[in-house]
Amino acid sequence: MRGGRQRATASLRHRLAERGVDPALLLLVPGLVVALALFVYPFSYGIGLTIQPTAAMQEQWGGGIFANYVAFFSDPFVFDSVGITMRLALPAALFNVLASVPVAMVLRHRFRGKRLLTSLLVLPITLGTVLTAQGLLIFAGRQGWINRTLLASGLIEEPLRLVNNYLGVMFSLVITGFPFAFLLISSYLSGIDPSLEQAAKTLGAGWWQRFRRIVLPLLAPGLATTFVLTFVLAFSVFPSARLVGDAMGETRVMSLMAFRAFGEQNDYAMASTIALMMGAVELIVVVAVLGLRSLLYRGTTGGKG
Amino acid sequence: MSDFESLELWGVGRRFGGVDALSGLNLTIRSGEFVALLGPSGCGKSTALNCLAGLLPLTHGEIRLDGRRIDTLPPERRGFGMVFQSYALFPHLSVEKNVAFGLQMQGLPRAEIDSRVREAIALVKLGEHAKKLPGQLSGGQQQRVAIARAVVLEPSLVLMDEPLSNLDAKLRLDMRTEIRRLHQSLGLTTIYVTHDQEEALSLADRLVVMREGRVQQVGTPDQLYESPVSWYVADFMGYRNILPATVVSVSGGEAVVELPGTADGGVRLTGRAVGAMGAGDRVRVAIRPEDFAVASTAGGGSTGGAGSITGAVSVVEYHGREHAVGVQTGDTMLHARTTTAPDVGGAVTLTAPVERVLVFPESLDAVVPQEVAA
Repeated sequence: MRGGRQRATASLRHRLAERGVDPALLLLVPGLVVALALFVYPFSYGIGLTIQPTAAMQEQWGGGIFANYVAFFSDPFVFDSVGITMRLALPAALFNVLASVPVAMVLRHRFRGKRLLTSLLVLPITLGTVLTAQGLLIFAGRQGWINRTLLASGLIEEPLRLVNNYLGVMFSLVITGFPFAFLLISSYLSGIDPSLEQAAKTLGAGWWQRFRRIVLPLLAPGLATTFVLTFVLAFSVFPSARLVGDAMGETRVMSLMAFRAFGEQNDYAMASTIALMMGAVELIVVVAVLGLRSLLYRGTTGGKG
Repeated sequence: MSDFESLELWGVGRRFGGVDALSGLNLTIRSGEFVALLGPSGCGKSTALNCLAGLLPLTHGEIRLDGRRIDTLPPERRGFGMVFQSYALFPHLSVEKNVAFGLQMQGLPRAEIDSRVREAIALVKLGEHAKKLPGQLSGGQQQRVAIARAVVLEPSLVLMDEPLSNLDAKLRLDMRTEIRRLHQSLGLTTIYVTHDQEEALSLADRLVVMREGRVQQVGTPDQLYESPVSWYVADFMGYRNILPATVVSVSGGEAVVELPGTADGGVRLTGRAVGAMGAGDRVRVAIRPEDFAVASTAGGGSTGGAGSITGAVSVVEYHGREHAVGVQTGDTMLHARTTTAPDVGGAVTLTAPVERVLVFPESLDAVVPQEVAA
């Protein structure tokens, strides 16, 4: 046909492959099956549960099928756990990120014992939260080494309360979260071409100016990502809130409330609601941080990436 | 613009874990000079530059600017501009802000910064790209930003570390001219590191050829080009034919040498002896391709003079006005140039005038770096 588009002579198979449809797609099958079976189905089922409140809940809080949500927002005992969890997770994530930056900066340079120091910093990742909690109780409890040493040396008269409260959980979150943040930030830092800092040096910038004007802006997106990841880790804190915290008081975190509804009250619907709201709160923080991140420079940092 | 009389390097050295990357570098650089450090990778030229910039602390020696010791100052207080091989532009800052960075560090008033940045950007002809990020520019443009960023501070010394090595051949020629133009119009004292002899010869007022952390020869381009002190320097100066040989006799500055492994086992050449040598010494003979006269071996009779080498033409490359010819003789390939292309496979005779054949001692360690007053 004159003027018409010439018909492609490539085979169908070739044309599909051009659009990314080829046998390699089969590699996705196992992953998809697992995701459907272990995530999509249970998650949807959980959402379904939240709108099937027990009769008792409906009677107490009203709201029909949304009684669980009404309860979540109206019952101060439940709703306060949002603030309690935030009060732990935000400062813990912030501390882990901010404390990692100077350590990672120093560990960029070559020096004796660097490998040993790095290993020591990363080691706590291998400890489970339960082991960390156990260690904290022994080390920082009323009868722990810290208190006994301080008492014996006469520096204090009453043992310090370092565990079974807010502080205990915070320690545990730092011990488990810091190595993680440190590793991530180290790899982001190694992606920044060292000759950028050298160039800044020859242009007359002192160490603070180099950090403030060159390293920090290039590192900022990495800091945001690291913050989000450590925040999510800290937000779902459960074992340490129970073991080294004050489970019914100042560390009554959301995961504990969900567990209470599930394990003690056998109210799966309410437990699902709390779990879902946990996800919602995390999502809000993550979206907010990533939104801020998108305002920053996100191109190449000149290094090995 | 350079506000000093002379920069002196006294016995500057740098060791890395027991290995001398640079040792005993003595050099006096006068204001406004363009000095090139030339050598292959690992010869210590970049180490020397980083020591000057202050990015590497010295392990030996001193650097003095008009008698004032500066090797103890941190790089940010030396006031030298540096252009890096990778350009090292700040990727998150626009061209303008990259160029303004150093001025801002000096705490200059905004109006002055703005006008000087505009001038520097105009100087490297990047006016229309001022607001772009480095990632949006081509390699040559990025290199120009790097140069503008260094010269906007009017530094007493500009250090350039192989600034053209990441550019393609055509752009490299353009940028070379650009750098020379900037140097001439601004009068900036410049130290330029390169492994490219053409770049060094065309840009520099003075060349420093380095080998294994030590200086082999210092001199003006024509001094180095005409009278290299060793076969190592000759190799950099376009003597593409470097042949091992043995001295037969020496008299009055001329040496007769015998090339081993050539077709008939005993080709003799006469050349200018550079350095001390006696009969039986192992030497290297250096001849430029353009100094060979190529004649087809019809009659077979050689024509005296410096001696001649016969061989078979194995490669002919077209180079526009002339042809690069590879002549295989024994197991060595000799390079020559001709105006008319010889037949591949044909037998030819290569001859060179005595004064164009240089004979050097084989050992390079005995070479005394000579500072020639410029």
